[in-house]
Amino acid sequence: MTTILAKKPNALTNVPMHYCPGCGHGIVHRLIGETLEELHIDDRAIGVAPVGCAVFADSYFACDCVQGAHGRGPAIATGIKRSKPQAIVFSYQGDGDLASIGMAEIVHAAVRNENITVIFINNAIYGMTGGQMAPTTLVGQVATTAPKGRDPKLQGWPINMCEMLSQITGSKFLARGAVDTPQNVLKTKQYLKKAFENQVNNIGFSMVEVISQCPTNWHADVQQALEFVRTKMIPQYPLGVFKDEGAK
Amino acid sequence: MPRIEVDANRCKACYLCVNVCPKQCLGKSKTISKKGYFPAEQERPQDCIGCKMCYVMCPDVAITVLKD
Repeated sequence: MTTILAKKPNALTNVPMHYCPGCGHGIVHRLIGETLEELHIDDRAIGVAPVGCAVFADSYFACDCVQGAHGRGPAIATGIKRSKPQAIVFSYQGDGDLASIGMAEIVHAAVRNENITVIFINNAIYGMTGGQMAPTTLVGQVATTAPKGRDPKLQGWPINMCEMLSQITGSKFLARGAVDTPQNVLKTKQYLKKAFENQVNNIGFSMVEVISQCPTNWHADVQQALEFVRTKMIPQYPLGVFKDEGAK
Repeated sequence: MPRIEVDANRCKACYLCVNVCPKQCLGKSKTISKKGYFPAEQERPQDCIGCKMCYVMCPDVAITVLKD
């Protein structure tokens, strides 16, 4: 008899993903799908897709989805959650979306302690538009709008969103994971599970930041991109739980 | 016996699974897929231990891990 040890979760559709080979988005999509299924909330989940590479995320999640304006994911998720409190609402955002144009929305969603889950994909670059500098681009990292590398005198320093939001009283769970090794992928899944459980238990605002690789815009092959995550990204963006007030 | 199946229509040949397999039982296919990639495939199914590492790392959810 054949038993299935692991397969595509039912919370994802059969549409093949459009992401570049080796991109971390697909891994995070699968983790979200698995988490929704394991917590038995996939039938009442509503996702908010961002502007950016994940703009077609609504085609990949089997739950209902809205595609929001650039950076407005937390504001849209707030509206959905307040009008349908029984729904499990998550906003899926990239770094250009959340840390640049959507900075006000994410900060104020945390200030109001909205009972939503935010998934923040940090790949230190604007992916879909062709590799421009993002607020999270590392010092010295080359981007099309920083051809000599990011210079702090000219463009400032990268933003660490988890550390920043941990200062806000309203935020309840903040964690940062990565998807470069199976260990980190499984750890990230634990964080996602906790973030969704917080919403089920009405604890409040939860955000999981995921350090993701972007081989295309880093102009690297997949293994070099994973090396970049390990040697450059993780020292700037340390992994771990930054705030967990769920138990209190 | 555990084994894996790779959906050639989803695989984009990033070979994250090939590099992460602790038993090195995955490899690159010799035939080109409809998408124009050489998808990953299981070269030595007899070495597979069913650890699911390839499934965990696959960004295109192309891998199913089975046990006969």
